[in-house]
Amino acid sequence: MADVIKKATRESYGEALAELGAEYPNLVVLDADLSKSTKTDVFKKKFPERFINCGIAEANMMSIAAGLASTGMIPFASSFAMFAAGRAFEQVRNSIGYPHMNVKIGATHAGISVGEDGATHQCCEDLALMRAIPGMVILNPADHVEAKAAVKAAVEYNGPVYLRFGRLAVPVFNDPETYKFEIGKGVTLREGNDISIIATGLMVWEAIKAADALKEQGINARVINIHTIKPFDKELVVKAARETGAVVTVEEHSVIGGLGEAVSSAICEEGVACGVVKIGVQDRFGVSGPALEVLKAFGLDSENIVATVKETVKKFKA
Amino acid sequence: MNPDVVKQLSIHAYQIRKGAVTAVYSAKSGHPGGSLSVSDILTYLYFHEMNIDPQNPQMEDRDRFVLSKGHCAPALYATLAERGYFSKDELTGLRHYGRLLQGHPDMKTIPGVDMSTGSLGQGVSTACGIALSAKLRNKDYRVYSVLGDGEIEEGQVWEAAMFASHYKLDNLCIFVDNNGLQIDGPISTVCSPEPIPDKFKAFGFHVIEINAHDYNEIEAAVEEAKKTKGQPTAIIAHSVKGKGVSFMENSPAWHGAAPNGEQYEQAMKDLDAHLAELEG
Repeated sequence: MADVIKKATRESYGEALAELGAEYPNLVVLDADLSKSTKTDVFKKKFPERFINCGIAEANMMSIAAGLASTGMIPFASSFAMFAAGRAFEQVRNSIGYPHMNVKIGATHAGISVGEDGATHQCCEDLALMRAIPGMVILNPADHVEAKAAVKAAVEYNGPVYLRFGRLAVPVFNDPETYKFEIGKGVTLREGNDISIIATGLMVWEAIKAADALKEQGINARVINIHTIKPFDKELVVKAARETGAVVTVEEHSVIGGLGEAVSSAICEEGVACGVVKIGVQDRFGVSGPALEVLKAFGLDSENIVATVKETVKKFKA
Repeated sequence: MNPDVVKQLSIHAYQIRKGAVTAVYSAKSGHPGGSLSVSDILTYLYFHEMNIDPQNPQMEDRDRFVLSKGHCAPALYATLAERGYFSKDELTGLRHYGRLLQGHPDMKTIPGVDMSTGSLGQGVSTACGIALSAKLRNKDYRVYSVLGDGEIEEGQVWEAAMFASHYKLDNLCIFVDNNGLQIDGPISTVCSPEPIPDKFKAFGFHVIEINAHDYNEIEAAVEEAKKTKGQPTAIIAHSVKGKGVSFMENSPAWHGAAPNGEQYEQAMKDLDAHLAELEG
């Protein structure tokens, strides 16, 4: 696996915007003085007249985007997840969510894989915040191929979409020739009936690695990629719970309000007897350090997934 | 301005004030003070200035209006009803469950509302977005927005001001309804945003000060704004909170309170007296 190509999904975001800009003359990109980091500068170079720098003023940027959308433009408002979903939450809720504006929010540098910048910039609450807004679509792609497909799907969809991207370069495992992205439809990446590993974003690759390691140890884990946090693919998740009887969720986000709670809620609502163990940021703030070290320290790697799956199988399927 | 036009506009404005107070009375809650102070500006824009069509509220290249001080929805609704966007009967349904008129403007359901507002500071930013869209697409519509003088205590207003100036949004004309009062008292004592004209000048606006209840001054300012190129215009409109209702004038208590039956009758008497004087 050492020869796998790696790419950060924020790079995919910038590339996708630059490609879609030609096809969609109404597509405009807004940024808040972070275009080199969010990679919207790739779009800026190609379409400078449709790139709007709002300065370090994310709240205003979200409402500007709403105004643009009200006239038929398709704005992508870009910043770090912390500021897009966090600082500007109320603008996203009231200027964009309530009037169901056709605004796309490109949130990069999500989660603790931001690394060195530390806790102030490591947003682990954005999925929870965005999930609570009625009508908000939330896409959390796992790799470069999926991220580009998600941006395209967001443009084609009419309504508000929150897109979550990472800073860290991660393996590209989807095949660009065959990959099909559908908003709201999870993807089964490994078949198995002993347990389900349900992951999202950068954790999907770790889940795949874990499942492959587990297979060698005699545990057949199903791996599901939930790239759309909302609308949630309840059917696929509940089916997995019924057929495998135990679930481990993996997300680079707080275990409060994210994928794990969405999965738990879906399973409970259907009355399926199935234990759910959540791997994620355990109600704490992040810390500085190289991304891979921080992820490992927080248990967000394949090794911890393997260990957790084994414990979970023992606990619920003995 | 022709005195007959002033008279006609004034009549509309007092009808609108009656509609706004009636709506708040029916709702048993709402914001009459600021609704009454902004009525003349709304009347001027909707009956004399803006390129709009009540029969076609979504007309592509219409001028836009954003009520950034969204809590003064009763005045906006009464203006839209007076202009024919929907029946005046709707006004008594304000804030009632299952009825058309939400507590704050809702663009998804209410004909003529160009932007959902209510959370202070956001409307003016959306107005900037609408104005920027015109610039990007070479459209010549204009965008008007009214802010409260308390509202400009919101930091987002100044983010928007910086943006409007940087992007030379000369198609944007904002009014500050400067009635001097906010919920907790005079703006000068709560957390003063003054000097207001100097602040907008410093942020790159062309600034004009007017009497918010004088149609000649409103007209002159709006015309001056249209001729101002390369920068947005802020019209600081000195107004009387509660204008037209004797016991509501200049009283912060009427920022967000509904009149009781007796007070409502008195309010209608006051406003009818103004109308009788005009129509005399």
